[in-house]
Amino acid sequence: MMHWIVAPIVLPAVLAPFIVLAARYHIGIQRVFSLAGVLALIALCAGLAWQASDGTVTLYQLGDWAAPFGIVIVGDRLSTLMILLTAVLALFVLLYAIGSDWDQRGRHFHALFQFQLMGIMGAFLTGDLFNLFVFFEVLLIASYGLMIHAGGNRRLRAGVQYVLFNLLGSTLFLFALGAIYAETGTLNMADLAQRIELIGPEATAGIRIAATLLLLVFAIKAALVPLHFWLPSSYAEAPGPVAALFAIMTKVGAYAIIRVYTLIFGPEVPLTEGLHGTWLLPAALLSLAIGMVGVLGARKLDRLVAYSVVGSMGMVMIAISLFTPESIAAALYYIVHSTLAAGALFLISDLVRAGRQDLALSAQPTGAGAPLTAALFLVAAIAMTGLPPLSGFVGKLLILDATFTGPSAAWAWSIILGASLISVVGFARAGSLLFWKSKSIPHPEGAAQVAAATPSALSYVAVGGLVLLLILHTVFAGPAYRYVAGTAQGLFAPQAYLETVLETPGKLSKPKEKEQ
Amino acid sequence: MEFLVASAIGMMTAGGLYLVMRLRTFPVIVGMSLLTYAVNVFLFASGRLVVGAPPILTDAETYTDPLPQALVLTAIVISFGMTAVAVMIALGAFLGGDDDRVNDPAAESPEEEAERLT
Repeated sequence: MMHWIVAPIVLPAVLAPFIVLAARYHIGIQRVFSLAGVLALIALCAGLAWQASDGTVTLYQLGDWAAPFGIVIVGDRLSTLMILLTAVLALFVLLYAIGSDWDQRGRHFHALFQFQLMGIMGAFLTGDLFNLFVFFEVLLIASYGLMIHAGGNRRLRAGVQYVLFNLLGSTLFLFALGAIYAETGTLNMADLAQRIELIGPEATAGIRIAATLLLLVFAIKAALVPLHFWLPSSYAEAPGPVAALFAIMTKVGAYAIIRVYTLIFGPEVPLTEGLHGTWLLPAALLSLAIGMVGVLGARKLDRLVAYSVVGSMGMVMIAISLFTPESIAAALYYIVHSTLAAGALFLISDLVRAGRQDLALSAQPTGAGAPLTAALFLVAAIAMTGLPPLSGFVGKLLILDATFTGPSAAWAWSIILGASLISVVGFARAGSLLFWKSKSIPHPEGAAQVAAATPSALSYVAVGGLVLLLILHTVFAGPAYRYVAGTAQGLFAPQAYLETVLETPGKLSKPKEKEQ
Repeated sequence: MEFLVASAIGMMTAGGLYLVMRLRTFPVIVGMSLLTYAVNVFLFASGRLVVGAPPILTDAETYTDPLPQALVLTAIVISFGMTAVAVMIALGAFLGGDDDRVNDPAAESPEEEAERLT
């Protein structure tokens, strides 16, 4: 049973080369294997999440080397929740890519997709900071390929920006890791959590710099203002299904911040006083405001959705920046919601493209599927802007409730509520231009052209599935919140995590005995 | 020696950052390479600088910490691969668009957009 925890990484890692090598010229076989792989991944992740739901921490020692010496894969409630979310999102994205034939517009879509999943799964499961860097690179290098899938000059140019920005982020990550290793002599997260307490108050400069650098790296990944500049262009220019999958990538940054800044540099650690605890909240509020202003100012639908991702990451980071169990629980609930909503919106904006010249927010003749697309857009937009009755509203209430007792409640409340209003106006304007006004313009090329531009039923099933999940996330908000609340409690009481990681025997765990 | 290594890292980082902030892909990629060299030396130095000692844990008094060397190897391989990918994508963008700037293209007018789409 112990080996299952590494399976979500191994499965796509094996599947991707198989697809490249054996099924290179057969799109049908690629689709079957890719889909079967993702379905198996969902089953695996659901099993692991169920196993972790009672608070047990599963450990896998690669090569059987004991914790601070070897790399460990750790599955606790937070990791398994995130991998399950990834696998579910991946299923609908893959269905859409197949249904809309996006996977045939360039080569190796399915192989890159599997490599991307491998990187994301690894980043969520690893218990070692350097290994986190390696998995970041794995997911990034796959995302470079996916980002420029199907080519085109504008996409390639946005791709260059995306690659260069992330290369800078990786370099920064290495500087942070070097500084942490120089100060503590370890990169295992559990080991770090223990050693950080041994650093005396007289030698804090190095570790404070390292903690700040690491936060900057994760903030780049999470697209926190002012490090968000890479996101709007690259997400808007990426193919629709790829942008939808990227909805989980910003959450990798949020996950890393939650993990590192509760486990290692927790709120009670005096070493890092006045760093992230002080500066994360203003940056998050600014992200929310700028993201939602971007929604209002966007002139194309794909850019509008990309800015709404920046805004919703701001919302997540507001909750994270308080570092209390209630706020982390609210953040986790909102992370699930915002991943599903952003994924659905990116897919919908690709649906809107069908039958239209471009995605500019102007009245243009539309394809035959427009009424259904409009209905899906309405539901997803209600969820994203946080209007009742969907999960965005519940998540926003939880975050408002978590910020209520804090010292900056007035700021947080006014910016959250103001930004919500702005985003509602932005989405309403987009919807009325794209669907209401466009409806009155007849298609110049006749009915046959309109029918030809209708997206396939499978595309609608994929988007509808994501929207249905959003509704389920609202209906079962009670159990979902209890689950994330338990997860957050576990994060602030990491003894089980530390004991499992550091005290499970393996090779080298007791070097003295071995010598005798 | 500490001063030499530290100043080398500092100068490479400064030069790399300057080049990264240029607007053409070639200097940006050269700048990225400089930054990765700097970070490789930095990682290497994070295990403290020791001269003439083996990178093996022995009973001897002095040894070099072997772990940063493993980290540097991984970092070198990854940064090399990443630079190659960046060069390929930048080359594709340059050959396709006949332009090697890295910033967002200026917003196109409706006529240009219609022309591009046809």
